[in-house]
Amino acid sequence: MISFTVNGAHHDVDVPDDVPLLWVLREELGLTGTKYGCGIALCGACTVHLDGKPLRSCTTRVGEVAGKEVTTIEGIAATPMRAVQEAWIAHSTPQCGYCQSGQIMSAISLLKAKPRPTDAEIDSVMSANLCRCATYVRIRSAIHLAAEKLAGDGAPKEPDPKP
Amino acid sequence: MSEPSPSDVGRRDVLRFGAAAAGGLLVQIAVPGCAPPRFGGVRGGVFVPNAWLIISPDDRVTFVLDRVEMGQGTTTSHAQMVAEELEIDPARLVIATAPAGRAYDNPDPLLLMQVTGGSTSVRTSYEPLRAAAATTRELLKAAAARRWGVAVTSCVADNGAITHPSSGRTARYGELAIAAANERVAVPALKPASAFKWIGKSVPRLDAPAKVDGSTIYGIDVKLPGLLTAVILRAPAIGAKLKGFDGSAALREPGVSHVLAVPTGVAVVASSYWRARRASALVKVEWTEGAIALDTERLRAAFHARLREPGKVLRADGSVARAEGEAATVLEAIYETPYLAHATLEPQNATAIVKDGRCEVWAPSQSFGLAREGIRRLTGFAYHDIVMHQTAIGGGYGRRLAQDYVLEAVTIALRIKKPVKIVWSREDDTTHDVYRPMSVTQMRAGLSRDGTLTSWFERMACQSIIGQIAEEWGQSIVPNSLPLAMKSLAARGAATLYSGGAITDPSSLEGGRDIAYAIPNIEAEFAAINVSVPVGWWRSIGTSNNVFAVEAFFDEVARAAKKDPFEMRRDLLAHAPRARRVLELAAEKAGWTTALKPGVARGIAQTTVFGTSIAQVAEVTVEGRHVRCHRVVVAVDCGKVINPDLVRAQIEGGVGFGLGAAMSQEITLAKGRVEQSNFHDYPSLRMHEMPVVEVHIVPSEEPPTGIGEPGVPLVAPTIANAILRATGRPVRRLPIRRAMEEAK
Repeated sequence: MISFTVNGAHHDVDVPDDVPLLWVLREELGLTGTKYGCGIALCGACTVHLDGKPLRSCTTRVGEVAGKEVTTIEGIAATPMRAVQEAWIAHSTPQCGYCQSGQIMSAISLLKAKPRPTDAEIDSVMSANLCRCATYVRIRSAIHLAAEKLAGDGAPKEPDPKP
Repeated sequence: MSEPSPSDVGRRDVLRFGAAAAGGLLVQIAVPGCAPPRFGGVRGGVFVPNAWLIISPDDRVTFVLDRVEMGQGTTTSHAQMVAEELEIDPARLVIATAPAGRAYDNPDPLLLMQVTGGSTSVRTSYEPLRAAAATTRELLKAAAARRWGVAVTSCVADNGAITHPSSGRTARYGELAIAAANERVAVPALKPASAFKWIGKSVPRLDAPAKVDGSTIYGIDVKLPGLLTAVILRAPAIGAKLKGFDGSAALREPGVSHVLAVPTGVAVVASSYWRARRASALVKVEWTEGAIALDTERLRAAFHARLREPGKVLRADGSVARAEGEAATVLEAIYETPYLAHATLEPQNATAIVKDGRCEVWAPSQSFGLAREGIRRLTGFAYHDIVMHQTAIGGGYGRRLAQDYVLEAVTIALRIKKPVKIVWSREDDTTHDVYRPMSVTQMRAGLSRDGTLTSWFERMACQSIIGQIAEEWGQSIVPNSLPLAMKSLAARGAATLYSGGAITDPSSLEGGRDIAYAIPNIEAEFAAINVSVPVGWWRSIGTSNNVFAVEAFFDEVARAAKKDPFEMRRDLLAHAPRARRVLELAAEKAGWTTALKPGVARGIAQTTVFGTSIAQVAEVTVEGRHVRCHRVVVAVDCGKVINPDLVRAQIEGGVGFGLGAAMSQEITLAKGRVEQSNFHDYPSLRMHEMPVVEVHIVPSEEPPTGIGEPGVPLVAPTIANAILRATGRPVRRLPIRRAMEEAK
């Protein structure tokens, strides 16, 4: 039996400890917002937070999260980080939408570390998340908008140097 | 709990309606065959005026979306079209997904079945959806007028209600729904564009809220009581057949219920994906060796050899032979494009229940027309015993026009008699796709002494997609009202015509045979080649091959003629105002004539695809072998625009999709096996590689044309053309990264 917390709720799961966290979340706990895309930590669709840090759940053994706190996309709306989701909606960012849970989880980690990220900082973190619809233009602009909202000052971001 | 999204609510409502009405309302309204569709009345306590609208007494207005949402924005664009004539805020519509039904056939003459593809969704829905909504609005008005004893013409539909301004009376649509079912009206005239409230507006995506909180249900997310999950161990080589297997060790694993042979391999069924996947490693499988002669280098040689024989002539203006005889110079070049996978981020999957002579399926499919016909042939069930539920789609790009994964789910469900979901791994998906066909294309151009382009010749060696699946396609088009034997005969006849070359796949030479340039002598040939590599439609279809060859060769010709590639194109498009206008607009917005930093070059290209004229200018930095595209300026004329922001999004995404493919993607074969397996060796564009995309839309009141695909095909040639200008060396083979490496 492995015990851990997901979005604030305690869970005990009876699975071998080398089962990927992704499939425990999706199939044992029914939290299907976290997606399977590649299974080898290349696409980022499975990104969740472990004790606040981003994590690829497809290559994380569930045993590694015992006693820890996992946050998935389903847990974001109840936090101030819902501003990121709102920014995504405001810029009509998703197309097929399948990668967007992972994109948002990565963006939240970025914004926690860098409340006002530059384009270059966004690129360096978000390049780990694939979007086959290539919504990157809007992901980038939505992150800037979320940064503004979270800062609560409405001040325009510093202009980025053009490439 | 978060507010349910429209699409989420819609999906649940479909299920609820299905359960509430005898036999299922949405199933019932979609009864196929020759009988007239059973619309226009009250069914299950709600008003169903046509195939797309359901109005319930509790004032819920449901729009049944039949052009499936796969990111291209049909949820929003189509809701806007309905809302416009129905006089309601599109955000108030509950969006349901259409079941399988011939009422939802795509009327495009090349499709004629329930299918979403070919950038047809707005074009083919624009009139019918508005007419359906306008008629419904008039029925509601008539019901209100009768209730109040006033003239219909004195009633106004506005914001989801009918009002009678002179008396101040008002009734919500829901209050009038049941009464409206008894009214009869003629199809009214549609609103003029000047009166549009919703069409032409950048309405925010209606599917966005449920796509940012994880609540959208994709095919892979479907849950059902007692649902099992299957994975399939697939043939390692194309054409390899199962010799035998031993599943005993896998069957001893907890949760594993079945190990069975299916046409595509050995299925391992368990209580969850991870259990099935783990146990699958314990199955011993033996395969025949398959088509081990399939090898990319050998295929290239065969395709090149095919070019030495004539193809089927699909266009012949004037005489290329005579013009080449008279030309001062005849230029020739051969262009190559590789097989490409679709790599939808959601791997292929489907869920099926087969029980009591009835089949129920949940699938992220682009064609319920093909899926249901395939299921009918597999099970022998009549259409009305095959119930289809559309899920959200995690990337389509043409991949989900093929229904292989749906048939796998039904095959297994039929055998094990339990609800089952088939889930492909990423490796399955990369190695068992229906690939964008590879092509080798010979181009020739005749130039007179003064640099006038006198002739243009294209011969493309490529597989025909339709040729490979003609029978399946034909079966799905032919109505079931024909006796089944005749239906099969008709479909087989179509297949024979295709494979015998009597009919040519119309998509193969798209973007090639239909070039708009005013050249007096043009010939375009399709040199069909039969290879067992499975092929399918990939976003932008034939144009993804042809437009690269045509537009990259054009710049080589312009260079030989010592002409500016923009000016030469413009001069040859004098008679094609739409194409010329977008070309000029793209050049102007890109600053075509302005100076660039050293090492930076621009490339330009244009085409008209899916009825849409589009031109792009790419700015590209070339440093040795390293190529980076950092800005793409796009001008597009897609006729009347329903939602400008959705058009921009499709162009942005199309450019990114095309750029990833142009730069890095190729599927290669060795000993009959696909050599790529996941995103490490089949890379997709990432954020740091995404250029700035500037989209300029030409205002137009012409009928709408396609937008989902036109952003894709120009990316490769514009970058190739920029590289040619920067280095003097043409790029004649995709992907560009390989071409640059091999150039050294």
